[in-house]
Amino acid sequence: MKSSNPTWFVIRRREFLAGTAMFLFGATRVRAATIAGQLPWTPNAGAPPSRAKLGPWEFFTGEEGRAMEALADCIIPPDAETPGGKDAGCAVFVDRQLAGPYGRREGLYVRPPFQAGTKSQGPQSEKGPAQHYREALAALDRGCKAKYGERPFADLPVADKDEVLRELEKGDFKLDGIDGQSFFEQVVKDVQMGFFADPIYGGNRDMVAWKMIGYPGARYNYLDWVSRHNERFPLPPVGITGSAQWTR
Amino acid sequence: MPRRLPKKDVVIIGFGWTGAIMANELTDEGLDVIAIERGPWRDAPTDFPPTYMQDELRYRVRHELFLRPDQLTFTFRNMMSQTALPIRSWGAFMPPNGVGGGGTHWNAEMWRFLPSDFVLRTHLTERYGASFLPADMTIQDWGITYDELEPHYDRFEYLCGTSGQAGNLKGKILEGGNPFEGPRSRPYPTPPQAQPFSHTLFGKAAQELGYKPFPQPSGNLSQAYTNPLGLRLGPCTYCGFCEWFGCSNYSKASPQTTLIPYLIRKANFTARDNSEVIRINLDRSGTRATGVTFVDTSGEEWEQQADLVILSAFALFNVQLLLHSGIGKPYDPVANTGVVGRNYTHQTISTVNGFFDNRKFNFNPFIGSGSIGMCIDEFNGDNFDHGPHGFVGGGYMGQVQTGGRPIESTLVPPGTPKWGADWKKAVKDNYLSTVKPGTGVHGSFYSYRDVYLDLDPTYTDRFGRPLMRITMDLKENEIKQNKFLTDKFAEIIKAMGAEKLAVQYRKGPYDITTYQTTHVNGGAVMGTDPNTSALNRYLQSWDVPNLFVLGATAFPQNPGYNPTLTVGALAYWAAAAIRGKYLKNPGRLVDA
Ligand SMILES: Cc1cc2nc3c(=O)[nH]c(=O)nc-3n(C[C@H](O)[C@H](O)[C@H](O)COP(=O)(O)OP(=O)(O)OC[C@H]3O[C@@H](n4cnc5c(N)ncnc54)[C@H](O)[C@@H]3O)c2cc1C
Ligand code: SF4
Repeated sequence: MKSSNPTWFVIRRREFLAGTAMFLFGATRVRAATIAGQLPWTPNAGAPPSRAKLGPWEFFTGEEGRAMEALADCIIPPDAETPGGKDAGCAVFVDRQLAGPYGRREGLYVRPPFQAGTKSQGPQSEKGPAQHYREALAALDRGCKAKYGERPFADLPVADKDEVLRELEKGDFKLDGIDGQSFFEQVVKDVQMGFFADPIYGGNRDMVAWKMIGYPGARYNYLDWVSRHNERFPLPPVGITGSAQWTR
Repeated sequence: MPRRLPKKDVVIIGFGWTGAIMANELTDEGLDVIAIERGPWRDAPTDFPPTYMQDELRYRVRHELFLRPDQLTFTFRNMMSQTALPIRSWGAFMPPNGVGGGGTHWNAEMWRFLPSDFVLRTHLTERYGASFLPADMTIQDWGITYDELEPHYDRFEYLCGTSGQAGNLKGKILEGGNPFEGPRSRPYPTPPQAQPFSHTLFGKAAQELGYKPFPQPSGNLSQAYTNPLGLRLGPCTYCGFCEWFGCSNYSKASPQTTLIPYLIRKANFTARDNSEVIRINLDRSGTRATGVTFVDTSGEEWEQQADLVILSAFALFNVQLLLHSGIGKPYDPVANTGVVGRNYTHQTISTVNGFFDNRKFNFNPFIGSGSIGMCIDEFNGDNFDHGPHGFVGGGYMGQVQTGGRPIESTLVPPGTPKWGADWKKAVKDNYLSTVKPGTGVHGSFYSYRDVYLDLDPTYTDRFGRPLMRITMDLKENEIKQNKFLTDKFAEIIKAMGAEKLAVQYRKGPYDITTYQTTHVNGGAVMGTDPNTSALNRYLQSWDVPNLFVLGATAFPQNPGYNPTLTVGALAYWAAAAIRGKYLKNPGRLVDA
């Protein structure tokens, strides 16, 4: 057996690419390449994240957005020190997630047949999260109007909103055509996720959640603190786009 | 017709840990080697730089660095009587994709297996009698001993720069290390990592209960290290974005930090990324591999011929490619014949979270690393007498503070509402004072006759090929084992001073939606008998001698440790056999 000629350069075989037929897997643009001789390096190969845009809803209708903000404030109520889910941007977070790859189930296996299975086999719904939210929020408002005299969820007094949520959680508040309990679990999870995710995604505005719990955020070096046992870390949080103090 | 590339001496399928190890060994032998990798090229400066890698949503929750299920997935069911359904999004384990494989985003917990693990059936039968084992348990001996593997364990540890404290140096038991480990020929290349507060508390509590705690062997390096290939790793900064993330610091042992920059300079090495091998091709006789067929991301099909084929595509994909290539007899659990798909296993894990008084305890949970830890090994393998307990197997347990990423780590004591003002207050009160050991109890998962892999009758991938089907459940033996271990673990967490505990036993049915490590094993196991193993003791296919299969695929059952140190050691062991024996006389290294 013998060795081939050395190739001291990177061959990026663009001729391999059949133009538009290119499959895309993942957020990063992918092209097959032959690599030899040295490590390949392309600037921004890893696709840095882009900041959720401020402004109008991207996925929700106005009604849905109002319901989501009301839900966010029930799940994470405002208090004297920390804003609630609405002001922290959690509904915006969910909106941007549903408008993006997550809502479209990008990258997931969505081939038929869709069959019901056991809980341990995982979600098998034909619908993605975006469609699921659309139907569930409509059903929630219909249910509230029927029960509370033509008032949608967002217009209920706080005590009634909380009651609706408690009943949804127990499975007692029925949403027509929808599994209310699993929708409830999904909303709680998504709102809380928005609260704790990096502010770049629209929630956790001003890093309010991180300040609340004492999490320093996107730092990368704790060498000087790992052995300082039981001492509170002194620095405020930073996010991927930096710290509010740096730009104000 | 696929386009043909010039023939090579060796084609390697998958460029993760084992593919990179084997590529380096065989290029050293002067062979012309190509590695073909399904996913993209990945490295710290381009793909996980410290400017934006600290993103829990993107990397942890949305699985950025992993395979997309629409590219390839599996179907799953608990029992043979059920219809398997596709895994539409990942849960129980996270299939790697891209250069570096799982080595890119692993924790780097680097454990050796116990000497008795390699001769498990013989050992347990001698100690407890054959009737002590459940009738449907199909555990077997590996066909290799700890002593044979030791030099290769050592090599992989020194490649990585593993940080740890030896517990058994050439038979001498050393204070502060794991007294149960097999004898090692050298100390660890670097000292243990610094331990955060919760770890020292765990160590103290464990010691007071009579155990011998020691720092977890870690591939997150405690100090700068230059490996035998001249590659340099920097000290870990305890950033807390380790497992599920790539390391921006060149501090985590991975193919990118320990092998690839050296390998890529060799004139007789080439890699291809974004190219998925869809089949190993055989000649007419069906006993010789001629190379592989792969498809790149533009949909173009290619053929790469080679004299020697190395299958190193990660445990599950190895089995999938064997089945899709018609290599080895597929396992049939009813007839109890065949070997490909047999003895598939996972890991039995559980945890106990401890909630402490926040006026007295601040653990700074965000200060951590993937494989930092303070552990005990009293309840692993056969380190204790199983006679009174009615189960076999065990695991290590410990406090492993990998990071306080808040989507995952804002835990509240049992009984707290899941939302609302009380929840919010509880999150605030507990975040800094909760001990969250992650995989606190890391138990074995033994093999069974009806836990296996085969091809699904209904669901297909994007090429129209059948998906591979996983049939797996948790058995009585593992559930008992986990209950016993978790109770012991809870005692230690309580002794640390926790006011409230959340004890989370592992219970059946096996659930494909909850993460239980990515230590999936078996399906084409190594052994001494071609009727019960797909590979011989050198990881050579019994059926196709110019094919070697690397990875945890070869484990006949899974001990209570993380797999990769053994996976890497076995790759070095197979490479030594290829270099020392096979190349001189290509053919079967063991008579069937
Ligand atoms: C989150 C996480 C944490 C982990 N933590 C630990 C730990 O702490 N300790 C430990 O011991 N282990 C750990 N592991 C497991 C560890 O990553 C694996 O055991 C190890 O990477 C296995 O090495 P391998 O060479 O068999 O496979 P890999 O390193 O995964 O490499 C296989 C490669 O083959 C490629 N491939 C697959 N199919 C094809 C195909 N058809 N064509 C071309 N290429 C293909 C894959 O894309 C992949 O890059 C962890 C894994 C994960 C995901
Ligand atoms: S914890 Fe250490 S090894 Fe892990 S990613 Fe951070 S710096 Fe790297």
